[in-house]
Amino acid sequence: MNQTKGKTGGAVQTTGHAWDGDIQEFNNPLPSWWLWSFYATVVFAVVYWIFFPAWPVANSYTKGVMNNITFVDSEGHKKTMHWNTRALLIKELQEGKTAVLSREYMDKVAAAGYSEILGDPEMMAFTRSVAKGLFGDNCAPCHGTGGAGVIGLFPNLADDSWLWGGSVKNIETTISDGRLGFMPAFGDVLSEAQIADTASYVLSLSGQTVDAAASARGKAVFQTNVGGCHYCHTPAGTGLKSQGAANLTDQIWSIIDVNGAADPAAKKALVEQVIAKGVERRMPSWSKRLTPTQIKLLTVYVHELGGGQ
Amino acid sequence: MIKHESIETNVGLLIILTLIVVSIGGLVEIVPLFYIDDTIEEVEGIRPYTALELRGRDIYQREGCYLCHSQMIRPFRDELLRYGHYSLAAESQYDHPFQWGSKRTGPDLARVGGKYSNEWHVAHLNNPRDVVPQSIMPNYPWLLATDLDYSDVQDRMRALKVTGVPYSETQAEYDANVTEFGADVADQLDILRAEEHLMQQALAGNYDGQRSRITEMDALVAYLQVLGTMVDFSKYDEGYFAEFR
Repeated sequence: MNQTKGKTGGAVQTTGHAWDGDIQEFNNPLPSWWLWSFYATVVFAVVYWIFFPAWPVANSYTKGVMNNITFVDSEGHKKTMHWNTRALLIKELQEGKTAVLSREYMDKVAAAGYSEILGDPEMMAFTRSVAKGLFGDNCAPCHGTGGAGVIGLFPNLADDSWLWGGSVKNIETTISDGRLGFMPAFGDVLSEAQIADTASYVLSLSGQTVDAAASARGKAVFQTNVGGCHYCHTPAGTGLKSQGAANLTDQIWSIIDVNGAADPAAKKALVEQVIAKGVERRMPSWSKRLTPTQIKLLTVYVHELGGGQ
Repeated sequence: MIKHESIETNVGLLIILTLIVVSIGGLVEIVPLFYIDDTIEEVEGIRPYTALELRGRDIYQREGCYLCHSQMIRPFRDELLRYGHYSLAAESQYDHPFQWGSKRTGPDLARVGGKYSNEWHVAHLNNPRDVVPQSIMPNYPWLLATDLDYSDVQDRMRALKVTGVPYSETQAEYDANVTEFGADVADQLDILRAEEHLMQQALAGNYDGQRSRITEMDALVAYLQVLGTMVDFSKYDEGYFAEFR
């Protein structure tokens, strides 16, 4: 330290080395601010060891002193342990400002029936804001941000056609238990002509122009045990919600894009393809991933999307 | 007594002493994790990957999924709300190397298992924009077109066995697995019957929607569908996992 004033005071000493005859090396001591900062970090480390989890000892480690966090466990007992992020998370979910505020509404929604929620503007506002996030995380990847779905893969939730029923109870069952939409393939059961006729009849149900004779032959396949279509789609073609069988009499197509097809022949080819190959679509069950209240919020949200039934 | 000057002027000695000092730092931070009781949570349900899931995991690494997707849900409220329960150390105990990742260009995948249907995964991996219009993820169309090469799956399992993953080769190891994981899982961990079980799982699961083939898509979707699904968190008290910190 005797050389700290080197720059202002006396001459700076050299290390005594000399290279190539006259190249020498100054021996400037460390600036005192740097040295004291260094000592301070050493002191800080020692203080840190005392107050924070630090040293491994046998099968455990020092947890630090004056370093406790208290939360309430599932059974209602107060639990105190050394501070850690997992305990902090539990505490934050119990006492945090946002969590408390949202829980107040969550409890209200949990206790309320569907008609009560749908009739209460305040609860609906809460539902919309929370369910929008839930929908975005969990439902939107398949059904789209606005619920428009993907033709052939994921049903449109924003129209008023409901494969599995549009009542809040139906929607709740769909979300919590998932659904398996299944139509068998008829490619090996019906002849090509029968499939073509049935396709004509199916298109006629929603008012498309088709060959009347073919449609009449298709009707026979549809409404008898030859094709057996009527079991799930009903003789009138309006579909059984309990089977997730589509209503064929409306203009809404969820497996094939009939409305987007160029001409009647293309439309018929699309329907034929569905009859021949069948359909299998699966929606996962959400009861293990989401809480009953979250499912309730989503039910209301989805119900609203399509102007539910 | 070694003088400072003699260390600075002797490169070999300097290297050796530097290594010793750096090692102490590493040893003090890393080694205790292997014997401290709290490192890996005691939790039921975690098992090593089946042969098919393991091949899926290899493809996950081959395609570099970890560069954009983490598998590590941190204990924060916002992550809990979006992804589910925070990840446990126990959940990646059979991962070598672990896939925690450090960059989330895409969402975290630690609990993606069971979240979407197989059909969604197939459509999404093939061309993400078919199902998520705003997605910036690349297409992986070759997964569906490439038959899965599982000729070396036994060697891959043997390699992991060396790192401590309890795949079995002898009867004694198999019996130990039956005790630990139950007979069904123990069968899946049997190296000698790995190919047979891989085919069975792929055909029964039909993950890629093509019954006649076992493609790389089968393996990757099987892997994605098991991520984060092994622990039933409803069985544990809220404070239970905090005890392990």
